[in-house]
Amino acid sequence: MLFDIKNLHVSVGGKEILKGFNLSVNEGEIHAIMGPNGTGKSTLAAAITGRDGYEITEGEIWFKGKNIMEMSPADRANEGIFLSFQYPVEIPGVSIQNFMRTAINAKREYQGLPNIAMPEFVKIMKEKQAMVEITAKLQNRYVNVGFSGGEKKKNEIFQMAMLEPQLAILDETDSGLDIDALRIVANGVNQLHNDNNAFIVITHYQRLLDYIVPDFVHVMYDGRIVKSGDKSLALELEEKGYEWIKDTIL
Amino acid sequence: MENQEKMTAQEKFIDYAKKSIETISSCDSPRIKKLRQEALNRFIDRGFPTNKMEKWRNSKLLECLNQDFNIESIENKKHDFCCVIQNLDAEVVTITNGFYSDENLKTLSSGIIIGSTHKAMQEYPELFEKYFGTCNINDDNGFYDINTALWKDGFFIYAPKNIVAEKPIQIIKITDEDNSPFIQTRNLIIAEANSQLQIIDCDDSIKEQSSFVNSYTEIIIGENAQLENYKLQNLNDNSSLLNTNTIKQLANSRLQTHTVSFNGGKIRNNIFVDIDGEGAECNLYGLYLVDKTQHVDNQIKVNHNVANCNSTEKFKGILDNEATAVFNGHVYVAPNAQKTNAYQNNSNIILTDKAKISTMPFLEIYADDVKCSHGSSIGQLDQEAMFYMQQRGISRENARMLLMYAFAAEISNNIGIEALRERIDDMIKRRLKGELSCCENCVFQCNTPKEYDFKIDLSKI
Repeated sequence: MLFDIKNLHVSVGGKEILKGFNLSVNEGEIHAIMGPNGTGKSTLAAAITGRDGYEITEGEIWFKGKNIMEMSPADRANEGIFLSFQYPVEIPGVSIQNFMRTAINAKREYQGLPNIAMPEFVKIMKEKQAMVEITAKLQNRYVNVGFSGGEKKKNEIFQMAMLEPQLAILDETDSGLDIDALRIVANGVNQLHNDNNAFIVITHYQRLLDYIVPDFVHVMYDGRIVKSGDKSLALELEEKGYEWIKDTIL
Repeated sequence: MENQEKMTAQEKFIDYAKKSIETISSCDSPRIKKLRQEALNRFIDRGFPTNKMEKWRNSKLLECLNQDFNIESIENKKHDFCCVIQNLDAEVVTITNGFYSDENLKTLSSGIIIGSTHKAMQEYPELFEKYFGTCNINDDNGFYDINTALWKDGFFIYAPKNIVAEKPIQIIKITDEDNSPFIQTRNLIIAEANSQLQIIDCDDSIKEQSSFVNSYTEIIIGENAQLENYKLQNLNDNSSLLNTNTIKQLANSRLQTHTVSFNGGKIRNNIFVDIDGEGAECNLYGLYLVDKTQHVDNQIKVNHNVANCNSTEKFKGILDNEATAVFNGHVYVAPNAQKTNAYQNNSNIILTDKAKISTMPFLEIYADDVKCSHGSSIGQLDQEAMFYMQQRGISRENARMLLMYAFAAEISNNIGIEALRERIDDMIKRRLKGELSCCENCVFQCNTPKEYDFKIDLSKI
């Protein structure tokens, strides 16, 4: 098993948000996590990636057979966990090229490999840029500075393509995207998807799942998964609304 | 002797001035002699400024005046101090304890004349009559008085009409006196019409001894002339430095200054620009990276006295530990100075709870058709950006470094001399890693130049 969360309880500022969350993900799988606002979806992403302020009070997170709970955020990333941010952060003064090169070299150092050669890096950068249909010259632009909502999300997928994670979590990557951008983002994900990696797609709407077809759909409510099924669950949910879930569990 | 110890700094200076002003001014023209005497009279009346004065309210420089400074027996010393900026082809001159190292003036192949202020005053009296003491003082206070009354030497740079310098002039100012010297340096830079000059003005410490340097530089930039002035300050923690530049700009002239403070006990930079000719432009940049109990104070005033001129002030700082900084930016636009374009900004990153910055950008506008803006910010490192970078695998320490470097590089990117820009870039990196501080031989460690390498490549951000 690639990734396993057991009975996870997470508190933020003393308030418990995740209340016994369980999820197992194998290589090659795509999992969708849906659920109403305020149910703990983004908290889950933050806890997995090791963000400050998200206190794990109970439970375990395992990745590739290692308990990652004591690892720094950077080490978790270098182990192969990637988060596509719901709100990508602007970093003035840091160019995308340098940011990516620093990130790739950090990962290579973690793996005991030498730094990437510049020509190779430039080549990969061009390739991955084409994959998400970014036409603008990225290398000298500052990370996310002055990007439109769609460009920011495409840039997240571009970074994911550059770093080739084994587990990618897409946190509401579809929010704020028009249909063309949505198609491009989904296309990027589908191209990257293979038998060795896995995706957790956090989303509010079924729309994205028309493009990224999940193997499993989980519905979250009040800090844990209350219903799991295949992709038809997403359609049912779209049709009946989240009230239906509340009714079924209460 | 006991009596001597109880004297205040003001009393000591007055006592010294009274007995030595005759000797000091023996080579002066009547006008300069008069300037000295008037300055001394003012100093006797008002002494040094105090923290009660608005412009000195947050200054820590005045605290240093309580030290028992040696003001009398300060001598010129010759030594083999070397300071080389790698790959920079510059005309290098040194000033030790306020005295120019070479007695004779030197005429460079381009026609530019450089040398000691004292010597220049004797050899070019007509230039001195025309330019010395003619810049608007702006901040008229006791430090100006005491410098004007008691200066003995400093550097003199003269670019005659139409002369373009072949290479930058680097001035290295060091203090080498064990007995807490209080040094007055007086400098004069003249860039006549259509001339071009690049000056690198370095203040360095070679020992850990305490000192107070009161340096006063008048700069005249003639019509259509261009001047780049880079100030690099890397002093020990026991140093106090007051570095004043009063600048007069004539029509269509260009001025760019960079004030980079890496280390120093207490530093105050005064940059006062009077734009007296239309079509002129000045760009004033500054960067201060301070820690421990260091203090850097930048006082900037730009007077738009005429129409159709542009000015930019951009100062940035990173403060660690208990360091403190002050930024006072003042843009004055005279009633007839229409179409003025003035921009002013000061941003700071504060790394600890104990570091402090007092920032006050200020516009004083009497014309109605102008474009002026100002702003300031004080913040911590962006925690969102920190996490974002860590999520991409970059360690916390490197993420921090990357953010700080990106912040500082916005200033160093504007440096026009490539070798200097690379050098300063390198120094910023070392400073941010805490590896640049005043060392026994020389802060630049130029005897063992090394390519500084971060684990991350910050060079092409």
